[in-house]
Amino acid sequence: MAVFTSPTRQSDGLSPLPDTPAWARWANDHRKWLFAAPAMLFVAALIIFPVAWTGYLSLTDAEGSVRAESEFIGFRNYLDVLSDTDRFWPAVWRTVVFTGVALLFEVVLGMAIALLLRRPFRGEKWVRVAILMPLVATPVAVGMMWRLIFDPNIGLANQLLGWVGIAPQPWLAGRSSALWTTIFIDIWQWTPMVVLILLAGLTSLSDEPDEAARIDGASAWQRFRHITLPLMMPTLIVAILIRGIDALKTFDLLYATKGRGGGSFHEVETLNVYAYGLSFDYNDYGVSSTVLIIFFLIIIGSMWALTARKKEVH
Amino acid sequence: MDVLRQAVMGTSLAVVAAVGLSACGGGGEDSAASDTVRVTLANHVWTENIKQALPEFEKQTGLKVEITQLGEDQLSDQYNVKLNAGSSDIDVMMYRPLQEGKLFAKNKYLADLSDKVKSNKDWDFSDFQETPVEATTYEDKVVGVPIITEQEVLYYRKDLLKQAGLDAPPKTLDELKSAAAKIQAANPGVAGFVARTGKSPAVTQFSSFLYSFGGDFVDDSGKAAVNSEAAKQAYAYYGGLIRENGPANVSTDMSWPEAMAIFTQGKAAFYTEANSLYKNATDPAKSKVSENVGFAPFPAGPAGSKPYNIPSWALGLNDASENQSNAWKFIEWATSKEQTLAQQKAGVPGARTSAWDDPEGTATYPKDLVEAIAASTEGGVAHDRPLVVKVAQAREIVGQPIVDSITGKDVAASADAANEAFQKFLDDEEK
Repeated sequence: MAVFTSPTRQSDGLSPLPDTPAWARWANDHRKWLFAAPAMLFVAALIIFPVAWTGYLSLTDAEGSVRAESEFIGFRNYLDVLSDTDRFWPAVWRTVVFTGVALLFEVVLGMAIALLLRRPFRGEKWVRVAILMPLVATPVAVGMMWRLIFDPNIGLANQLLGWVGIAPQPWLAGRSSALWTTIFIDIWQWTPMVVLILLAGLTSLSDEPDEAARIDGASAWQRFRHITLPLMMPTLIVAILIRGIDALKTFDLLYATKGRGGGSFHEVETLNVYAYGLSFDYNDYGVSSTVLIIFFLIIIGSMWALTARKKEVH
Repeated sequence: MDVLRQAVMGTSLAVVAAVGLSACGGGGEDSAASDTVRVTLANHVWTENIKQALPEFEKQTGLKVEITQLGEDQLSDQYNVKLNAGSSDIDVMMYRPLQEGKLFAKNKYLADLSDKVKSNKDWDFSDFQETPVEATTYEDKVVGVPIITEQEVLYYRKDLLKQAGLDAPPKTLDELKSAAAKIQAANPGVAGFVARTGKSPAVTQFSSFLYSFGGDFVDDSGKAAVNSEAAKQAYAYYGGLIRENGPANVSTDMSWPEAMAIFTQGKAAFYTEANSLYKNATDPAKSKVSENVGFAPFPAGPAGSKPYNIPSWALGLNDASENQSNAWKFIEWATSKEQTLAQQKAGVPGARTSAWDDPEGTATYPKDLVEAIAASTEGGVAHDRPLVVKVAQAREIVGQPIVDSITGKDVAASADAANEAFQKFLDDEEK
């Protein structure tokens, strides 16, 4: 491709000396591929191959063992899964509710806390540490902790309710309350992360527009609504993007609090928990792969929608 | 954004990768027999005992044993990933014959041991009880050696019974119900009865109720039978007992650790559970009521007292292992007469007749427990869950009426629905 004898190339310091062996010339010639190769191999082996393999499995009736013989059955798994109103669609719905509600609270609360923490105050350091505490705990430990607190018979939550005269609640044990309880735990654990991102965004904002509005007599709410919020939009979308995708994929918390299948009535079975059960409990690798591919498309779709929105804001 | 996208894709594929990666793996790295035997075991009292005795084996044979120890569910997942990949880095595996046995044997994960078990007269395979061996045999080939057996018994609180004026534990399910109600009424905050409530975990402990009412998961012709009259009565009884005499606000996710905790915290009078877990109730370090725990044979229903009597764990040899002869040495030692007896003295009921015949073998057990076990082994049923390949799925199907019954729904309708689903499942598995 390149002509190394040309005088202009020789002066750029990257061309080989005249007595360089052929392989070195070749290496130099293809250096952009060569340097990128380790990263590309890594991506191919650990990301592209598994996705492609999962895509292939989703078109077969593989079950029992992935080494057992399986037949190529086209899109039958997809038809089966998409018409399954017993487990699949309820799981989609729970995934959407879990993510939507948790995200809404996390962003609103996160914004409020970030605004409070924006100005320096006494004991600021301690308050920050306390607020960030849930973030550094591992989700499984958090799940176990809340499971004890929310135990219907010996848990702390019902004891507290008892002191103020409220009847004990089933919390995680209740068929209708389990999902909401896990959403509460998710909010408790992940609001601090949203606070952290938004706080970084707030600190980088310039004070001038805010001061100008203040002089013009704008109220605190007006200043937030018309100045801070629009300026914070890009940061806010990043926070929603990161937290939203993470919430869609929640597994550890749900597994630690309700176990396999998301409880006896699948109360908290989201797509991720469902796919896990399909492959590790039922050994239905074909169907499991189908659910995972659909789930993957949902995640990519929502990510794409949000990134598009972010560009719009810019 | 690119970094973010990569991170997102990477993590979102955790599960995908678990399935996908199982495709790579393949052949083993060490081709020759090794002096190190790699053994994967479950968290169990049996495992603790084996670990203590291990130096003796290593000294005898000059082999080194490397143990990986995992919880039941994690163990299953581990096997699913590694054996699926044809991995040779497990030699000996502890597995549940009734839960995974058929699947593993069908997938050819388990090596054929038929010749090995006959090779040593002193080790004596014929000493093993018949029922457990049946469960570790697949298509006339021996694929595992049973190590732990299990029967369901009634755990009860002697002090509460005495207080209520009852001088003997209930002998029938009717008596159990009335005794539970009586004790509950007299002791606020204490439930009359507790047992597993989770859809899948409850199935095994519910099975004894089912058999004692005269039912089974499938009938003699192999058809689903969970909506028989007997089965409906059993579902209604089990669920009703927990709903009316169980703990308030009862969770429908309980497996044995949760149910056992309620019992050992002194919050329940009766508890039906596998006898192999009895140490949890009688060990003062784990139980607040250790002084007052009594054991009784499973109460009789309309069809008599029919608890399950099963091999809960066995040792198998990974078919892909390249170290099979040394691995067999470990199995032979760990299931020897001496080890089985030692295990039994330490509270783990074994599968060897010789250990049960030896007075030493039962000397450390509570006397009433030995009697309860003896009663169970007599009339016992050899399975505690449907005998199918996809056990996890089957358990969820036949377990649905249990939780429906606990939560007070129409049991008959739920059993009919479960039966239909179960028949469809059986038909699919036939194919």
